[in-house]
Amino acid sequence: MKAIRSMILVSSDPESMDHGALEVFSTLQKQILAHGLEEEISLSMISDVSKKSQNPLVLVYPDAVIYGSVTPEDIPHIVEEHLYKGRVVEEKQISPYDLSGRIAWLTARKGTLPAENRIVLKNVGLIDPEIIDDYIINEGYEALGKVLKEMTPKETYTVIKESGLQGRGGAGFPTGLKWQFVAGEKRDKKYVICNADESEPGTFKDRLVLEGDPHAIIEAMTIAAYAVGADEGFVYIRGEYGLAITRMQKAIEQAQEYGLLGDNIFGTGFAFNIHIHAGAGAYICGEETALIESIEGNRGEPRARPPYPTTAGLWQKPTVVNNVETLANIPAIIRNGPEWYKSIGTPSSPGTKVYTILGNVNVTGLIEVPMGITLREVISIYAKGMKDGGTFKVAQTGGSSGSIIPASLQDTPMDFDSYNKAGVSLGSGALLIGNQDVCVVDLAKVLLNFFRFESCGKCNPCRIGNKRAFDVLSRIAEGVGNLQDLVDLQMLSNQLFELSNCGLGQTAGSPLKDILAHFQAEVEAHIKLKVCPAGVCPMSGNWEHQID
Amino acid sequence: MSVLVKNGQNVRNIVRALVEEKGREKSELIPILQDINGQFGYISDEAIKELSERMNIPGSHIYSVATFYRMLSTEPRGEHVIQFCESAPCHVAGGRLVWEKLKQELGLEKGETSDDEKWTLLTTSCLGVCGVGPVMIVDNNIYGNVTPEQVPGILSQYN
Repeated sequence: MKAIRSMILVSSDPESMDHGALEVFSTLQKQILAHGLEEEISLSMISDVSKKSQNPLVLVYPDAVIYGSVTPEDIPHIVEEHLYKGRVVEEKQISPYDLSGRIAWLTARKGTLPAENRIVLKNVGLIDPEIIDDYIINEGYEALGKVLKEMTPKETYTVIKESGLQGRGGAGFPTGLKWQFVAGEKRDKKYVICNADESEPGTFKDRLVLEGDPHAIIEAMTIAAYAVGADEGFVYIRGEYGLAITRMQKAIEQAQEYGLLGDNIFGTGFAFNIHIHAGAGAYICGEETALIESIEGNRGEPRARPPYPTTAGLWQKPTVVNNVETLANIPAIIRNGPEWYKSIGTPSSPGTKVYTILGNVNVTGLIEVPMGITLREVISIYAKGMKDGGTFKVAQTGGSSGSIIPASLQDTPMDFDSYNKAGVSLGSGALLIGNQDVCVVDLAKVLLNFFRFESCGKCNPCRIGNKRAFDVLSRIAEGVGNLQDLVDLQMLSNQLFELSNCGLGQTAGSPLKDILAHFQAEVEAHIKLKVCPAGVCPMSGNWEHQID
Repeated sequence: MSVLVKNGQNVRNIVRALVEEKGREKSELIPILQDINGQFGYISDEAIKELSERMNIPGSHIYSVATFYRMLSTEPRGEHVIQFCESAPCHVAGGRLVWEKLKQELGLEKGETSDDEKWTLLTTSCLGVCGVGPVMIVDNNIYGNVTPEQVPGILSQYN
C-alpha cells in the first residue's frame, strides 16, 4: 500500500485546458519523477474547480495552497521549493476566494470554517477514487467487515434505525425503517438500488461522491444488502454523468478482485453483485418507482402506490432504494455507532447535509455542515456574502422537492422538521441564492417550465396542470394578467398537490403557493401596475409567442 | 425507406449484433437504444423494426421508450448538437442573455436543426455542473461560466 504524503490537482475545466493545463500536468509528472517523489505524491486532474482568468490552477493538499495561472515554466520551481523543500511559492499563490467548485472545502482545511463536518464527503478530493487501496487505507470496507463478521442483519438495520438517519433524496424517510420493512419480507429474491439519478436543478452533491469516493457507495450497498437479505444491486446513474459511470464501473471491478464484492465476500460466504444502469435523460426517473420501471426497460412512469417498492419493487420483488448521499453516511455510522451520529445535527434530524451554494453570492460551491444551520449563516460564512453588495431577497432550495424561500425565513434552522413547520422544504440541498434583481414571477416561470417539460405525462393533473400554470405565469410576465389569475394559480397549486400521482406533480405547485404567500405584492404589481419591479419580465403585452 | 449504412454495414446488421451481444431481456432495451443512438445519432424506424423482431418486443413499446428519454432521438440531428441548460441556477446566473445570443448566432429556435444539417439547438434540464453556470454542451464538451461574448468563439471551434 502506498502512503501518500501530498496530493496535487490540476484544474481541467475548459478554460484551463485552453490555457495549457495538459502541459502543466505532464511537466509536473516529469518533475515529480525527477525528484524521486512519485511514491509520496499523487497527481490528478480535477474538473470541479476554476477561477476566472487565473486558470489553470494547481492545488496542493493537504496544505490547501492554490497556485494560479500556472505555466509549464513555473513547475520546476514549484516542485523544487514546495514539494521537495516544503516552502510555499508565495509569488504564484492565489486566494481561494471567489473560486467556483470545491472552494468551501479548501478554506475548511485552513481552519476558518470550524462548523464544516465531513462524513459524506470525507474522502472526496482527498483520495484517488480509481485506487481501491486509497479507500481502504482511509478506514474503507472496515464497516463491511464489522457487519459481516460481528453483527446479524437485524443488528445492522437496528443501528441505522437508532442513528436517526433520514433519506437525503429530499423526502427524509427514516432509512433504518425502510431496511427493516424489506428485511421483514419473506421472499427468495430482493434488490438494493442506489438512486444516483441526480437531476434536481442545482444539485451535484451525488456526482462528487460518485466521482470522488465510489467505493463508499459499494460498501454501503453491500451493508444494506446484508441487512435486508438481498444478493443483487443496481446503481442507477444519470446518463449525463459519464465520469461517474466510468469510476463506478472501475470501483466495482476492483472490489470484485479484492473479494469485497461477489460470491464470497470477506470469505464469509455472503454474496452480492452490483450492476450499473445508465439513465437516458429523464428527471422523473429520480422518483423511485419510475427508476424501477426504467431499469425494467420501460418508460419512466411512476407506479401507483401502494404497494411500495419495499414489498413489490424491481420485478415485483422487495427492493431498497436509497439515495447516494444517504448511503455515503452508512459506513461511518457502522464504524462509529448511532450515538456518535446523533451527536451531530439536531435531535429530530441527526447528521450532516451537503448543500450546493449557487446564485448571486461571492463563493459558489459545495459544503457539508451539520443539520440545523441557517440560511443567514450559509450566506455570510460559507458564501462570503452577496455578490457586488447585493441584498438577499429569495432562496430556492432545489428542484421538485424544494421551495421558494423569502429573506424573512433566513434564520429558520435548516433541518427537515423546522422547515416543515415553517411550511417550506429543504429539497435536495441546492441553495440558489437570489438578490434584488431576481423576479419571483420569472423564477416561478422557469421552475414551471421545467416541470412542464419533465412531467412524464401519465397523470392528467401533472401533465395539464403544469402547462396551465406556466401559461398563466407567462401571461402575468407579459403584463396581460388579471386578478383572477392569482385565484387560478392557487387552485392549480392545490390540485397539483392533491391529485398528482407522484412527488413530481405533488410538489410542482410549491413555487406557485410560495410566491403567493411571500411575494404577493410583487406578483400583483405585474398585474395591477403592469410593472415588473425587478425589471426582468418582458411586459410587452404579447404572450401568444410563449406558447409552443 | 432509406437504409442507414455505417462503415459498410447497414443498420439491421448492427442492431442484430447488439442484441446478440447484450441479450434479449427487456432490461437491455434502453442500453441497446443508447448504443444505436450513439452510433447513428438517432434511432431510425428501420432500427426499431429490426430491434422489435430480434427482441420480440412490440415496435410500439420501443417507440414509446425511444421518445420518452431526452438522450434518445427518433429524428436525425445535425453534425453538432448544442444543449443549453435552462434550469433555474443557470438562468439566475445570466443564462437568458447567453441563450438569446446563441439563437441569434445560429439563426435557430429551440429544437431546430440548421438547413445544412450542421447544428441542432436543444435546451436541457440541469446537467449538474451548476457551480459554473451558465452551462452549455456542444457534442460532449461542457462549457461553463459562458458569457454572451464567448458564444461566437465557442461555436467557431466546430467549423
